[in-house]
Amino acid sequence: MAKSIDISDLDIYYGDFKAVEGVNMTIRARAVTAFIGPSGCGKSTFLRALNRMHEVIPGARVEGKVMVSGQSLYDPGVDPVAVRRQIGMVFQRPNPFPTMSIYENVLAGNRLNSRKIKKAEADEIVERSLKSANLWTEVKDRLSKPGMGLSGGQQQRLCIARAIAVEPEVLLMDEPCSALDPISTSAIEDLIHELKADYTIVIVTHNMQQAARVSDDTGFFNLKAAGQPGHLVEFNPTNKMFTNPDEESTEAYISGRFG
Amino acid sequence: MTTTPLEPDFAVSVGLVQPRLPRWASILVGVISLGVAGLLTMFLGWNPVGGIVVAVLLFVVGLPLWSALLEGRRTAVDRLATCLVWVAFGSVVVPLVWLIWLVLKNGVGAIDMEFLTYDMRNIVGAGGGIYHALMGTLLVTIAATIISVPIGLFTAIYLTEYGKGSRLARVTTFLVDVMTGIPSIVAGLFALALFVLIFGPAIRIGFGGSVALSLLMIPTVVRSAEEMLRLVPSDLREASYALGVPKWRTIVKVVLPTSLGGIITGVVLAISRVIGETAPLLVVAGATDSVNFNLFDGRMMTLPVYIFSQYSSPGVAPIGGGDPPGYARAWGAALVLIAIVMVLNLIARIIGKIFAPPTDRRR
Repeated sequence: MAKSIDISDLDIYYGDFKAVEGVNMTIRARAVTAFIGPSGCGKSTFLRALNRMHEVIPGARVEGKVMVSGQSLYDPGVDPVAVRRQIGMVFQRPNPFPTMSIYENVLAGNRLNSRKIKKAEADEIVERSLKSANLWTEVKDRLSKPGMGLSGGQQQRLCIARAIAVEPEVLLMDEPCSALDPISTSAIEDLIHELKADYTIVIVTHNMQQAARVSDDTGFFNLKAAGQPGHLVEFNPTNKMFTNPDEESTEAYISGRFG
Repeated sequence: MTTTPLEPDFAVSVGLVQPRLPRWASILVGVISLGVAGLLTMFLGWNPVGGIVVAVLLFVVGLPLWSALLEGRRTAVDRLATCLVWVAFGSVVVPLVWLIWLVLKNGVGAIDMEFLTYDMRNIVGAGGGIYHALMGTLLVTIAATIISVPIGLFTAIYLTEYGKGSRLARVTTFLVDVMTGIPSIVAGLFALALFVLIFGPAIRIGFGGSVALSLLMIPTVVRSAEEMLRLVPSDLREASYALGVPKWRTIVKVVLPTSLGGIITGVVLAISRVIGETAPLLVVAGATDSVNFNLFDGRMMTLPVYIFSQYSSPGVAPIGGGDPPGYARAWGAALVLIAIVMVLNLIARIIGKIFAPPTDRRR
């Protein structure tokens, strides 16, 4: 069910401001693709453009093409809601719905769309999603407790469980570990390794080691100068990127000699 | 590492220790101020209120002055600010307590079963009750709520979710602010004009009162609901969008439930603000002595209008002397009105607690 994404000549704007310029890349199916780069270079913006979350912000728009298995996301007839059902997203800060229990949070994608599901089926979805998010053993005895009562790392895994409960084709993760301690981070990285078998995963991270650990391909974004749009400097298999990058600025950034 | 207490000499030398006023200083100053003010009141023949004002002034000046002499400038300013805060608090609370005490004292005697279950039809002397006004107030206010809540809530949803920053939203916000300032009598006259236009002159119906009250209620509802909706973090909206939930469903199922407690509290506070309005109801709903359950036909009595009419025409004083019977009835009705508002406020608090999302970590 996983799908690949082809991006060609993508420009992203906030109003008149061009935030990202001329991105070309192919994100492989059933692989982890990581985006690295300094703050404000458009990684998150680019990620959000992949499931049309971008246009939630007023004035934001996109030029260029994003093709998911032959279908262009930005065709006039494409419904952004349908796109987001296929391409799920996990955010930087864990954001479980405060009015819902753990159980309801996992089912939120189904329930909020008022898909009719039987109790047994719902139980099965919750168990399967929580198990694949490595959270089942920790919460199975308190599924009816509020989701906000979990710790930060558990909340983030709950959000991942919620995202995969609707069985998307692609999972986008925007710095999913930046608010977490090393143990939760490693739990989520293990999870990414397991999810790779079924999903196409795209992850934005500030942590170079994390990109090296979890990803198969890496894209390096950078700014030419302050106020200029961000652009994709290099896109290569992670091994090559971290050992023998094509661009000098990539090496400088990865080895910490940035500037 | 062990901590050894600082040597007293060292503490003094670096200025950690300062002379402090004794614990009973404020009590002493209070007693002295009261005494001086009391003596002045007695010998100069002031009335007690003047005496209390002088006592408060003496205290506010005296305590910081003593503190300035002994403790230094910063502590003196601190004591002065504390005094001023307490004075401000007192000048808010005293009238409130006084008012409640006055209404209780005068109103409790009037309230019995007859008072709550009889209307004023064919009552000339003592007796009679507020049943017609009570029912009128409840009906008119409920109808006003039914009109204002959907309009107010939908306006607030438009302002926060759809129209953010647009010209229409800014104009709407401005007009809502203007509406907040409409004098209630103007709302009443507007409703009257509206119904006269439709039904011809000399129309008096309870529903007109509801329309007038909803004019006063809508801005409050819009404002409070808008604030509550804005408090919902945009993270939650994005989380919902990312699950492929359409915008309207996100609003209905995520945004509104998250802010429900606050919205209900706001609505109940808006109700308690308009339930005591007199002028617009006097103009459109009129006054009557009989029970009327039909909002759309005939005059309808309400509690504030009842209080007004009982006080302005209290009837004939009993022959043996004493107050005319209308005064007691007005006080009783005022007590009932205050009790209703108080109950509404309590309900608002309870509902706000129940529906507030559990934000505490762990249980």
